[in-house]
Amino acid sequence: MSSLVIIENILQAVVAGLLIGSVYGLMCVGLGLIFGLMRVINFAQGEFLMLGMYVTFYFCTALGLNTALGPILGSMISGLVVFVLGLAMHKMLLAKSTGIRVVGTEGEGHYPQLILTLGISLVLANGALILFGNISKTVRTPFSATAWELALGSDVMLFFNKARTLALVVSVLVAIAVYLFVHRTRLGKSLRAAADNASAATYMGIDVEKAHRISFGLGAGVTAVAGGLIASYYPFQPYIGLDFVVIMYAGVVLGGLGSMIGAFWGGLMIGLIQQLSTLFLPLQLQNAMIFVVFLLIILFRPQGLFGKNVERV
Amino acid sequence: MKLDQQPSQVKAILLLSVAYLAAAYLINDKYYQLILTVVPIWAMMGIAWNIFSGYSGLVSFGHAAFFGIGAYTVALAMIQWQLSPWLGIPLGTLAGVVAAVLVGYPTFRLRGVYFSLAMLAYPLTLLYVFEWLGYQEVAIPMKRENGPWYMQFQEQYSYIVVGILFLAISIYVASRIHSSRFGLSLTAIKQNEAAAEGAGIDSALWKLKAIMVSGAVAAAAGGYYAVVLIVVTPPSVFGMLASAQAMIMALFGGVATLWGPVLGALVLIPLSEILHAELGNEIHGIHGVVFGVAIIAMILYAPEGIFPRIRDAIVGRKGGADAGDSRRIIHVPPVDEAVTRPAVSQDIALKVSHLSRSFGGLKAVSDVSFDVYRGEVLGIIGPNGAGKTTLFNLLNGFISANEGSVQFQGKELVGLKPNQVCREGVGRTFQVVRPFPRLSVMQNVVVGAFVSQPDNDELAVSQAREALERVGMLEHANVVAGSLNSLELRLMELARVLAGKPKLLLMDETLAGLGAEEVETMLAVIRRLANEGQTIVIIEHTMQAMVRIADRFVVLDHGSVLAVGKPMEVTKDPLVIEAYLGKKWMDHAKH
Repeated sequence: MSSLVIIENILQAVVAGLLIGSVYGLMCVGLGLIFGLMRVINFAQGEFLMLGMYVTFYFCTALGLNTALGPILGSMISGLVVFVLGLAMHKMLLAKSTGIRVVGTEGEGHYPQLILTLGISLVLANGALILFGNISKTVRTPFSATAWELALGSDVMLFFNKARTLALVVSVLVAIAVYLFVHRTRLGKSLRAAADNASAATYMGIDVEKAHRISFGLGAGVTAVAGGLIASYYPFQPYIGLDFVVIMYAGVVLGGLGSMIGAFWGGLMIGLIQQLSTLFLPLQLQNAMIFVVFLLIILFRPQGLFGKNVERV
Repeated sequence: MKLDQQPSQVKAILLLSVAYLAAAYLINDKYYQLILTVVPIWAMMGIAWNIFSGYSGLVSFGHAAFFGIGAYTVALAMIQWQLSPWLGIPLGTLAGVVAAVLVGYPTFRLRGVYFSLAMLAYPLTLLYVFEWLGYQEVAIPMKRENGPWYMQFQEQYSYIVVGILFLAISIYVASRIHSSRFGLSLTAIKQNEAAAEGAGIDSALWKLKAIMVSGAVAAAAGGYYAVVLIVVTPPSVFGMLASAQAMIMALFGGVATLWGPVLGALVLIPLSEILHAELGNEIHGIHGVVFGVAIIAMILYAPEGIFPRIRDAIVGRKGGADAGDSRRIIHVPPVDEAVTRPAVSQDIALKVSHLSRSFGGLKAVSDVSFDVYRGEVLGIIGPNGAGKTTLFNLLNGFISANEGSVQFQGKELVGLKPNQVCREGVGRTFQVVRPFPRLSVMQNVVVGAFVSQPDNDELAVSQAREALERVGMLEHANVVAGSLNSLELRLMELARVLAGKPKLLLMDETLAGLGAEEVETMLAVIRRLANEGQTIVIIEHTMQAMVRIADRFVVLDHGSVLAVGKPMEVTKDPLVIEAYLGKKWMDHAKH
């Protein structure tokens, strides 16, 4: 009997890991897009997620859309809002230290970008604190605390939280849509060309700066959608971005930076690791666990990640 | 020139400390006094970050780890053992050094952005671990008696005095690094790590030393933070804002400058605190917004920071008359024809046996064996892609060999790091010149001299002068390397190697990209070195120039040795002609 309980706990953790992990996967796709398509390490990605949460929250409460499907509509809206914000942010700030301007400069401008996006992250997180206050919020819907049940035999019962299951479905669909957009459409191909070789793309008549702007907006928007989906079952406050930015980097690094499919799987893996750790770790250490996993990944498997690690002599 | 170009900073440190204390004495407002107490703490954090990240170029997002360790050491030592912060802060500093080694050792494997991301994880891990340990809120107990012994004072002003004391010590430590070979080596690593390694700088060791000093200063700052703020919580000392603030002070004031971080703290801390007070204490987050806006503005409008701007405005731009002059004349000392070149000895200086290296399926270097005699000029020639540069990279440790051995004066070189190979007496130049672009010619060359003068800076400088003289660049010693043309860069790089007094000189395509006249200058320099008895191995793919200077040729093709021998014999070898020109031209060549 007790072994059945253990099996049930493990299976339940796997289910929870897949449900959470798929949303992680989607946010990793957003971050991966920005790195893969414009070679920028974006530190403010967690804040885009946080903004997605707040936009969804205010959208749902303002329109009284605390219905089962409200957060899904809200997350789409938040994706759009943050997409536009990303475009503007790129035009006003990032374009000054990315793209064609940094080709051939020291470290390809990574340091200025890291510091710039850190600044953006500080302004967004603390600006949100001033605007929204530090009381944590969630979008409560009828699905938030209810579950579908799945019986395996007569003794094992698995619960699928409805809000999370819905988030999984939407995450997978959005991730597929983004993948198809980047790989199958003309615009997507020009974005990839601009990423591969900014100078060559310029000579081929591609407006690299515009391509990067779209990539940045898209990456920000996709992560905001993931934020909106999480908002329906996870309490959040303005500083939440920092927790998630590490999850995102862990996932993207695990999947191999630059690969969109890899980013999704990486996020999924992180979700599984996190949920399985709940079986044997106290609550505070579960958070520490994510950082430790991240450190282990980056220390022992850094090469497949940002591409070139070995400098040619 | 001494290495220590700047006059002693002790006077400046004392003067500014007194001025700060005098200004603080005139301010009676309690709140402003508290701000003035906090300024030195964040100035120290900025200095700590700058000592490591500013000079080495490895951007740390995790200096809160050391800050928090210092803060918790002081607070917990006081609670558990009644240990006075006068002893607790040194103890915390020691803990910071230990933490720096534990963090630095594994993390230095990573480069660039990986390093920054990994550093982010350390303080955040500690944050949750300290919460789990039950240290959510640790308060330093009040001592009613014997307050000063426990660093508890009646007057806020006393806290300012102690803070300035710690800050003055930190600035002094930083100034010692700034103006010594410590700082110069780190700067060289930052500007071109491969070149620094090649010039004999042990980059791993210097980085470790830098993070140890940096961790110590950050932990001391954290320790004093605990004393001043009394209550220590994991988010306040391990949180992202603590790491970010360290970085922002340095970036805002000026990276890799001595006074930049201090200036950054002097401007930003009062600014954010006063805004915080003016806008009402109920609005949290104003600090973060101020700091965020500050670094965004810095990166966009003054990436070098405000201290260099102010300094340039006062002192005027340096650079001198020579900086903009594109028509520099190189005076290579003529070869003394009366002195004949010493005969090539029969001693083997370098013995390469069965050296192999493949990348995936490609055998870049396969079973290569040859000897280099002392005093010889050996030319390694071969068409593009023959494996010449890979061979050099194997010889001096940039790439590790799959098989084979390289014996230099009886010592095995395979398995050594580039800086160790350099220290054995094998110097090299690079196919694509690797200068330290923002250092002067002299500083570039001094870095190369450190390897043979591990302790004596004066001798290092005089060796650098001598090396510059030998290549005819002494007149241009104060020019910034970034402004040199390609011949001058090659000569400077050569001088950098010569300054280390190498027994064997490896030169990688030294003539590439030079005009006809420039080739003559370069050849004259090489011939002069050969006349002085220098053993030289030189890579080149143009035969004409090589025939004039090399004693022997080793011809490589597709990673293997095709022929070895005197230039005239080798150039008539049908195999060699085929490799260079292809089969079709063989018949033409015969006639």
